[in-house]
Amino acid sequence: MAISMVLVWRSTRVVNFAQAGMALLSAYIGYELVARVGNFWIALPLAMILGAAFSAFIEFVLMRTLQKHSTQGAIAAIAPIIATLGLLGLIRATIGFIWGHGDVQLQAPLSKVGFKFGETTIIMNPMSLFVLLFVITLMLIVSIVFQKTNIGLALRASAYAPEIAQLAGIRVSGIRTLGWAIAGAAGAAAGILQTVNGTGALTPESLEFSLLLVFGFIAAVIGGLESLPGAVLGALILGLVLAAVQIYISGALVFIVAFLLLLLVLIVRPQGFLGSKAGRRA
Amino acid sequence: MLKINNLTVAHGAIRAIDDISFSVEKGQLAAVIGSNGAGKTTLMRTLSGLKSAENGTATWLDHNLLHGKPEHHVRQGVSHVSEGKSVIAQLTVEENLDLGALWRRNRDEAKATKEEVFHLFPRLGERRKQLADTLSGGERQMLAIGRAYMSRPALLLLDEPSLGLAPLVIEQIFQSIRHIVDSMGVTVVLVEQNAMGALKIADSGVVLNLGRIAASGKASDLIADPAVRTAYLGF
Repeated sequence: MAISMVLVWRSTRVVNFAQAGMALLSAYIGYELVARVGNFWIALPLAMILGAAFSAFIEFVLMRTLQKHSTQGAIAAIAPIIATLGLLGLIRATIGFIWGHGDVQLQAPLSKVGFKFGETTIIMNPMSLFVLLFVITLMLIVSIVFQKTNIGLALRASAYAPEIAQLAGIRVSGIRTLGWAIAGAAGAAAGILQTVNGTGALTPESLEFSLLLVFGFIAAVIGGLESLPGAVLGALILGLVLAAVQIYISGALVFIVAFLLLLLVLIVRPQGFLGSKAGRRA
Repeated sequence: MLKINNLTVAHGAIRAIDDISFSVEKGQLAAVIGSNGAGKTTLMRTLSGLKSAENGTATWLDHNLLHGKPEHHVRQGVSHVSEGKSVIAQLTVEENLDLGALWRRNRDEAKATKEEVFHLFPRLGERRKQLADTLSGGERQMLAIGRAYMSRPALLLLDEPSLGLAPLVIEQIFQSIRHIVDSMGVTVVLVEQNAMGALKIADSGVVLNLGRIAASGKASDLIADPAVRTAYLGF
């Protein structure tokens, strides 16, 4: 989740709150696909492709129109963010309309019984191992694409300085759509994996997804909005701290601690752990 | 050649460029001088497609400069270095250069162009892996010009490359610009507040005042013109 927010931020400078909605929608689409295709391993990449297409569509229709209408001042900076918030509500309502407000179940494709070493069973199970490997692979691929390829260079340039990128001959608007598409795919994967790795239950008002949004955003800020490894590191730190709080103190404190951590990072190191200072200046 | 006819560009109610006409021969260096607010930057932004015009025409060879976005003009051989060292601070020197040639299909040619840039500005070659953020003002300007050159332009629009630089560095940048015109056959429009420096290296000159042309002609004639001397050259 944090990865996909950083992706949109890096390629378009928009904080995309609808990301959670898209992840939720993707999880539902994943559920529908599993039901129809009957195979999780086909449904997952399909849902990612649909997530990418949907995300690109949103950028193409909504963000471009907004940019056309307001090109300067405070409105231009805020309108896209508010629009993504509105979209989040819209997606939730639509999901409720299509699939109803009750639970649907998305079954985990792998065993969730922990690995056994002789007599002891550890918490790590095939499903969570897969999720971990998947996230690491995704991060590596995305990092390589961003840092080493021409497309990645175009994506970064368009985010840092759209006008200069344009003068250099980059088709900035197309590159933005691509950035959203990649983020949409990552968000779809996050939505589905989160669901199957958790309880497997989905509802439009799913608390888990609200948490995913809030924590994804916090993790992205903690790690540095500029940096992909930062997003993963942020998610790890946040996860560890919250788990510790939950186990040793109280589950009720999780939210409070998460926000305190966010504020602390914003005060002490506003560019995030791995964010660079140069990123803020431009 | 670059032909501008009756061009008018407005900022809201204000006419930043008011009905101007001039032309620049192929392979020449034209200086556009004038004080702050004369409309120099507006003129450049209009020619590169960043700003739209109210009226008039502007063409480079048979290419209409008033139609289409900057990325379109770049593909037609028109490159613009905008005011204030237009480099991307978060990218390395080499990435900034590569950016200028990303649209080119022939990667080998793009590579060869990059070597040309390193030859023109050896300092950039020494710092190719450094972030542009760590460069000095002069090096940044070299990088900005180098980036524009990466698209192998036939027409190069330079907006105040001397801004904020030390006299010695300005001299060096101006020499490089003259070199780009003479050895590489590029046509250059150079916008400058440093009027004397620009006219000295230019073939022709246009003096802008409040969006209108106050004087124009051969650069040497403008330097000798008493009215231009007192008003713009300061002696």
